[in-house]
Amino acid sequence: MAKVRPERQALRAHAALVYLFLYGPIAVLVVLSFNESGLPTAWTGFSTRWYAALAGAADIHRAVLNTLIVAVSATAVATILGTLLALGLERLKPRAWIDGLMFVPMIVPDIVLAIALLSFYTLLEMTLGLHSIIFSHIVFNIAFVAVVVRARLRNFDKSIVEASIDLGASEVGTFWRITLPVIAPGVIAGALIAFTLSIDEFVIAFFTAGAGPSSTTFPMLIYSMIRFGVTPEINAIATIVLFVSFTLILISQRINRPVANP
Amino acid sequence: MPESLRRALLLGPGLTWLALFLVVPTATVLLYSFFERGTYGGIDTILNIENYVRAVDPLYFGILLKSLRIAAVVTAVALVIGYPVAYLIATAPKRLQIPLLLLVMLPFWSNYLIRTYAWIVLLNREGLINNALRWLGLVDEPLSLLYNDTALVIGLVYGYLPFMVLPLYASIARLNPEIREAATDLGASSLRGFWTVTVPLTRQAIAAGCIFVFVPSIGNFITPDLLGGGRTKMIGNLIYDQFLKARDWPFGSTLALILIGVMMALLFLQAWFVNRQMRHG
Repeated sequence: MAKVRPERQALRAHAALVYLFLYGPIAVLVVLSFNESGLPTAWTGFSTRWYAALAGAADIHRAVLNTLIVAVSATAVATILGTLLALGLERLKPRAWIDGLMFVPMIVPDIVLAIALLSFYTLLEMTLGLHSIIFSHIVFNIAFVAVVVRARLRNFDKSIVEASIDLGASEVGTFWRITLPVIAPGVIAGALIAFTLSIDEFVIAFFTAGAGPSSTTFPMLIYSMIRFGVTPEINAIATIVLFVSFTLILISQRINRPVANP
Repeated sequence: MPESLRRALLLGPGLTWLALFLVVPTATVLLYSFFERGTYGGIDTILNIENYVRAVDPLYFGILLKSLRIAAVVTAVALVIGYPVAYLIATAPKRLQIPLLLLVMLPFWSNYLIRTYAWIVLLNREGLINNALRWLGLVDEPLSLLYNDTALVIGLVYGYLPFMVLPLYASIARLNPEIREAATDLGASSLRGFWTVTVPLTRQAIAAGCIFVFVPSIGNFITPDLLGGGRTKMIGNLIYDQFLKARDWPFGSTLALILIGVMMALLFLQAWFVNRQMRHG
């Protein structure tokens, strides 16, 4: 076995600590969610009672349903607009202002986007609700979808499109039969990322939802629960949310793996 | 179909959406920042720069400076912790690199509130760390670990560390390993080779990582609210208060624009830095 240099060992020890820092707190929540007492003070036995408690809570059902309505709608619109945008950008010379416009929703602090949208909706005298959250989520979702699809298009051999047209296929037919299947992994991965961002998004939803439980999303409910204090139910909710997010992202990574070099 | 029409059909819907729901709202905020708060929380359309004058009042300017300081500390900590991790991943065997990187990125893709909440569970007076310390007999009284600047910095580093590691990894992985080996072969210790060869060659990625951490940190309001306990206000909390509590939207808009200004200044600084590097080889 090759001798490992001491610097390398130090690096590994440091990285192990950082991974512990990243996953330790999450692991604590997951373990506590199965603790009978629900408290971090003592382990009183394995129990799923906190999950059972969630199953009967009507406000949670309502909030989860609202979140799904927002995420599915925002993802659907953003995936179409973002993919079209990526395809269009492929045909342009790179322009700094367009790149900037797409980059802004990804980097601007969410509170700024939130108050800007709230001001805009108020100016239009628009009633707030799930629809205004959806409009808002589409903004940042377009950017993420377009970036992922563009990365996929970069490795796409355009000569097969030309070949298809030369052989007499229509442009629309070529799109459905050639371009879309090739970029599909990027489109699906982009959609999954958009969906994940949307189900977890809190700040913009909080500002653009308007009042009342009819437009309270799941993260908004979690926020009010956390502000109220540490309760065992939140641990169970946290475990479910972590599981769903991680699964969606791992699937998106799996689908959009780069094509192996021949 | 002519090329220009095809482009318009592809680009039109997405760009229209961004113009309508990003550019116009930002312009609205810009306009509001020059107006005044009305008597009943509405907006008086009297053009003036009163809000900008008010923003440099020590009361508010202090919070801006504090936000800058906290974000700077968070960025520095993330760089010191993140660089060695990025280095290890980039120099690990190829088949391990992507899984190791994915493990760093994965927490970012989960709910930010939940990740912040995890630290409340760890740090509160009845929390896991206080319990462990008491059980070990190290302390008699629970320590106040939560609701202070340290808790706030920990929470922000926890939230944005992946943003530091990602660009650093990409940059270190691109370096030719022979350059590093050559330095070591010529007698430089591996630590010296690291400081004189690897770090200077990854300067751009260091700048990018620092911006990716600094920008979301300075604009954050959830972490100061939940881990700072409302005692430590950052500019994000101030904007929140102006919009939802004081109902002084024009002043809140001004603060938001100042935040955007800080962000733009940093991005321009980075662009300038990258250009200068390219010119000097």
